[in-house]
Amino acid sequence: MSFEPRIIGILCNWCSYTGADLAGTSRMKYAPNVRIVRVMCSGRVDPTFVLKAFQQGADGVLIGGCHPGDCHYSTGNYKTARRIPLLKKMLDQLGIEDGRVRLEWVSASEGDRFQALANEMTEQVRALGPFRPAAPSKPAAMEVAALAAG
Amino acid sequence: MGKQKWALYWAASCGGCEIAVLDVNEKILDIAAAADIVLWPCAMDFKYDDVRAMADRSIDVCLFNGAIRSSEQEEIARLLRAKSRVMVAFGSCACTGGIPGLANLTTKDEILDRVYIEAQSVVGNGHPVFPQPHTRVAEGDLELPVLYEEVSKLSQVIPVDYYLPGCPPTPDLIMTAVNAIATGQLPPPGAVIAGEKTLCDVCPRVKQEKKITRIYRPHQIIPEPQKCLLEQGLICCGPATREGCGAQCIQANMPCRGCFGPPAGVIDQGAKLVSAVASIYEGDTPESVAAMLEEIVDPAGTFYRYGMADSLLKRKRVGTAGK
Ligand code: SF4
Ligand code: SF4
Ligand code: SF4
Ligand code: FES
Repeated sequence: MSFEPRIIGILCNWCSYTGADLAGTSRMKYAPNVRIVRVMCSGRVDPTFVLKAFQQGADGVLIGGCHPGDCHYSTGNYKTARRIPLLKKMLDQLGIEDGRVRLEWVSASEGDRFQALANEMTEQVRALGPFRPAAPSKPAAMEVAALAAG
Repeated sequence: MGKQKWALYWAASCGGCEIAVLDVNEKILDIAAAADIVLWPCAMDFKYDDVRAMADRSIDVCLFNGAIRSSEQEEIARLLRAKSRVMVAFGSCACTGGIPGLANLTTKDEILDRVYIEAQSVVGNGHPVFPQPHTRVAEGDLELPVLYEEVSKLSQVIPVDYYLPGCPPTPDLIMTAVNAIATGQLPPPGAVIAGEKTLCDVCPRVKQEKKITRIYRPHQIIPEPQKCLLEQGLICCGPATREGCGAQCIQANMPCRGCFGPPAGVIDQGAKLVSAVASIYEGDTPESVAAMLEEIVDPAGTFYRYGMADSLLKRKRVGTAGK
């Protein structure tokens, strides 16, 4: 059975989302595995979003922002450029492979770049295989629910 | 009003929470006046069977410290839950996994290898001996609790009514909890007996624009006593830590290590700290990002020091790579 990776793309409204939109309106074909969430700025991407995506079953997370110097809010992407590498250093300690999280700059005119990125990351994550959150050592949760109800 | 029945228990803990109960000093007499202790393994000789023989919900309050990482701890947590009307997660280990939760950054096998094969004190002992859950000896069968693959906070194993955070909780907060319980004036179930906001919100230090160019570890500098420690380059967990301790560490000129856990509304303490520290680091070049990564030696151990078991991912992923 073939594995289709689920990738969450969190893209900023002004550049990357518009770039992805351009890829669409230009009828460029790319892997349908990236599910896009639009945020106003890549600086809005709380590292919690990335963890939550994995916890809820994503296999990879792609964060897209404006190129350095181009952020609509001037410095949002610089913060992101520090947060995501630090998050990735922490994720490495948690056994999450490097290729599952990517931060990329895509401008509003780079539909082709978005197309290439979506394809490339899909293959990268496909090669890594499904992400499974660590299974608990004991199935305690159901019993807890039963107790709480009783 | 008749005396209440209380139980105190320790699971995966250091014993510090037990000492914290005694740290209320003369107020311990108030506790003794309010309650009869029916189980307190650290201090008094009761047997588990005494508890098993009690009717369900016949203990008024159980103060439970320590995380859960063995079958015995889970069994007693469930037993005490059934017997107790009010269950209090007492201290960081019970509330969020605490220091024992850091074991979730490694695996059970790595831990056992370290302790029973690699440790300097066992090297050269001949063949390694691992503890076994069952051992048959001439006198009969011996049993040991099973060590789990991971550490859990108490509420991942049983329903918890109140949380008393801190490593250990402060005497003031303990007495707040004790008085509330003794007088029956309990907060709504699920309440954390501490503040709601962040430690920064109540911190007495002078705060200016947060910008740092270098991160220091606590042994590398002696910080100024008035100025925000994070602004001086020390990783202070105040921005993502619940207030309530009275800024104890800050008063001692040490950065907060995060023992009160995340404030209300924060889901993942570590992720919030990644965000907070990375945002104020100055420099937009790849070189400055690389320098920051170098200076923050152990992000998971620093940002989840007390909260690994409580985090969204809970533990390091093991053996799941590939198809
Ligand atoms: S919370 Fe701190 S003092 Fe209490 S048992 Fe855990 S490590 Fe010890
Ligand atoms: S970062 Fe630390 S020192 Fe600075 S205001 Fe917050 S708690 Fe106080
Ligand atoms: S300052 Fe931080 S680490 Fe120290 S007691 Fe308070 S919450 Fe815990
Ligand atoms: S608006 Fe695109 S990164 Fe800030």
